[in-house]
Amino acid sequence: MDLSRPALTAKNLSCSRDERLLFSGLNFELLPGQLLLLEGSNGSGKTSLLRILCGFRDADEGELLWRGEAIGDSDYFSEMAYVGHADGSKRELSVAENLRFALAINSPGHYSIDQALQKVRLSGFDDNPVQTLSAGQKRRLSLARLLITHNHLWILDEPFTSLDKGGVELIENLMIDHTKQGGMVILTSHQDLSLQHLDLQRIHLDTCH
Amino acid sequence: MSLTSAFLAIVRRDLLLAFRRRAEMANPLFFFVLVVTLFPLAVGAQPNLLQTMAPGVIWVSALLAALLSLDGMFRSDFEDGSLEQMLLSRHSLSILVLGKIFAHWLVTGVPLMLIAPLLALFLGLQDTAMSTLWLTLLLGTPMLSLIGAIGVALTVGLRRGGMILSLLVLPLYIPLLIFASNAVERAASGLPVTAQLNILLAMLSLAVVLTPWPTAAALKMSVN
Repeated sequence: MDLSRPALTAKNLSCSRDERLLFSGLNFELLPGQLLLLEGSNGSGKTSLLRILCGFRDADEGELLWRGEAIGDSDYFSEMAYVGHADGSKRELSVAENLRFALAINSPGHYSIDQALQKVRLSGFDDNPVQTLSAGQKRRLSLARLLITHNHLWILDEPFTSLDKGGVELIENLMIDHTKQGGMVILTSHQDLSLQHLDLQRIHLDTCH
Repeated sequence: MSLTSAFLAIVRRDLLLAFRRRAEMANPLFFFVLVVTLFPLAVGAQPNLLQTMAPGVIWVSALLAALLSLDGMFRSDFEDGSLEQMLLSRHSLSILVLGKIFAHWLVTGVPLMLIAPLLALFLGLQDTAMSTLWLTLLLGTPMLSLIGAIGVALTVGLRRGGMILSLLVLPLYIPLLIFASNAVERAASGLPVTAQLNILLAMLSLAVVLTPWPTAAALKMSVN
């Protein structure tokens, strides 16, 4: 992998919702090992931008390139993973059952299920139904999914919601490890991050008009 | 074969979920039994009338029971974000959707199929029509899940999609209802039913091939 070439390039993106312009003329380049933090007030289009990056909706204008190709023509979707507001786990299934299903519909990644659970400090919860977990534990479970599947780019929508101090630190360490291995992270957050040792880009969406 | 394993994984997951929510899953079956058993009470002691009506009663009840079960097909996946994760899977959504439809049929269609002969007996349907009734249900109930899936996928994003769902799906069920109950009626009077069964088989093959694709497209639209 060429570390000096941008992996993800956004050119002149714009998005409007219900006749209201959220952002326009948005450009950025994301290099391997970089972290992109999207900031902005409520309703400034952070989640909309993430959903465009996930391919759930189309941008009104502009294009997204993955290693120089339009994302639809490239292997972008097999190299990215998304954790949104909703956990994406089934309440009635156990922790291990949820992760095994995630593994079955994606390519396997660096870590085994046991290793990933250890990393997010959920080992021993394998057989607990997800509905018995606390909100913070559910969040950590959805982040464990990032570890067991193959991906270079993490797209995280408010990953720190409902996490305690230890949890926030844990996620930050996971992001540091991921970027050290040449991975990339795009996230939105209202919290101040203590990520000094990271190659951090910030985009303020309120200014993108 | 990772595609097959993804298909099997989703079928297994949905069966497991159905097992853990079995009270909810038993509702359509209960409804089916209830509607069919209420008919003799309302119609009164007229065995001949009940016998004539049996194919229609069973098929209409099966159709309504299936309609009742449809709404749950994608609802929870839509709400808890599982659907988004499926969209981002490396496999095509159509395959995963086909797996979900298959699981839905196993959970709702197959129990109807198993209990229907008993109810047919109860209504006094002729023995000669029994195997035909069973065959039409075998060919017809998967179609109820397949065609219904398109409607559910279109309405899953709406808060109160139930009414629209019935309006969308019922007209598409009507050909199935006509051919299936007609086949059972003919069998009851000792007439050949090959033509009706062939048409049902053709409709089923068409539905298996054609419905997963628009369902997947509609789900993508609903997630948007």
